[in-house]
Amino acid sequence: MSDFDFSVIAANWAFLAEGLRYTLQVTVTAMLGGILIGTLLALMRLSSIVPLQWFAAGYVNVFRSVPLVQVILAFYLIIPLVLQMITGKSTPIGAANSAYFTFTIFEAAYYSEIMRSGIQSIPKGQIAAGYALGFTYGQTMRFVVLPQAFRNMLPVLLTQTIILFQDISLVYAIGATDFFGAADKITQRDLRPVEMYTTVAVVYFVICFTLSRLVKLLQSRIAIIR
Amino acid sequence: MIEIKNVSKWYGSFQVLTDCTTQVSKSEVVVVCGPSGSGKSTLIKCVNALEPFQQGSIVVNGIAVEDPKTDLPKLRAKVGMVFQNFELFPHMTITDNLAIAQIKVLGRGREEAVDKGLKLLDRVGLKSQAAKFPGQLSGGQQQRVAIARALAMDPICMLFDEPTSALDPEMINEVLDVMVQLAHEGMTMMCVTHEMGFARKVANRVIFMDRGAIVEDAAKEDFFGQPRSERAQTFLAKILNH
Repeated sequence: MSDFDFSVIAANWAFLAEGLRYTLQVTVTAMLGGILIGTLLALMRLSSIVPLQWFAAGYVNVFRSVPLVQVILAFYLIIPLVLQMITGKSTPIGAANSAYFTFTIFEAAYYSEIMRSGIQSIPKGQIAAGYALGFTYGQTMRFVVLPQAFRNMLPVLLTQTIILFQDISLVYAIGATDFFGAADKITQRDLRPVEMYTTVAVVYFVICFTLSRLVKLLQSRIAIIR
Repeated sequence: MIEIKNVSKWYGSFQVLTDCTTQVSKSEVVVVCGPSGSGKSTLIKCVNALEPFQQGSIVVNGIAVEDPKTDLPKLRAKVGMVFQNFELFPHMTITDNLAIAQIKVLGRGREEAVDKGLKLLDRVGLKSQAAKFPGQLSGGQQQRVAIARALAMDPICMLFDEPTSALDPEMINEVLDVMVQLAHEGMTMMCVTHEMGFARKVANRVIFMDRGAIVEDAAKEDFFGQPRSERAQTFLAKILNH
């Protein structure tokens, strides 16, 4: 173990790339699904219908109070049971598939808080102007409030997505093979932890750093002129 | 066109409107004035149900605003409103600001809506600004666009809620000119404003409000000549002195 041997990376690149692809797929799915569900939750939370407020508040508080690893484990165990109750037969969906669902549901809680503050940042006069033109509540949200809220919050939404991208590594708990999981498995076999984990860290850093630079660039591009 | 009957409104236990009754006939221009906090903005917002009220009734073009069965979006689409802070949509170009409600509410085609919007933009003297965003325009220009946006819906009447209060002094006239022109064309208008020059020029009637109540409701000549109430006299003396 005196000298480093990075050939272990090249030899296992295909396996690592496969893991990275899975990580990116879960990230994108959970981001899109999470923002969609999160926006609906934010609208519920801000609506005047009390049961909807409660539901959204409960949802957000539950998922923000439980460690992500535990949610990953719980959903991995619970989803097949629920599916079995519905379909009546055993339907194992596998660790890799359950993560798509878990991250979408979990991240929705965080995205909803971001969207909520985004919606609240829009002046009341904008909503009044929407109504005054004859828009319904839905149209006012869709054409006036949400596009502005989304633009205002885009940097925060993307920062949350970068965190999500890193958090995917927690699927090791259910044995799914994401980028980190792939590196971990190779390490256990080839016993080259320093080379492997250094490489993994560098790749995570490069991707996350590039993304955060992109966030800055995007921010100046799509900012609303005021 | 607009009939306001015995309207009262409370925020909790605080009464903001007390038994307000007035009306605006077709092609009439009515100016609502009064000290700040007198409820004039609240009253005008009740007309298109942006503010709910607990007592009384408001009938616009034969439709009761307070009736729960009233299709409010449909009613509001026919009543143009101009706000103190313009409230153009900052994420859309001027053209889109003018077109979107025509398309989404009235169901007009995009081409027709843009065409109509640009014609009105030309009328308020801002045709060259069509591709810009609201944030690139001055306050006066934004307010003229806001008037054009309301007119694009072919409204049966127009409500103005202190349209020049947020403007720098040198921009007030460009907005008032558009409003005077509208009045001359026979638009039914209810305007909350302190611009007494505007009231003198085009108003048929002036309503003076104080502490949530309509204190004076008189023809323009009577109001400026000899206001009956003392409060209106004091108010006029204060704002006409400069």
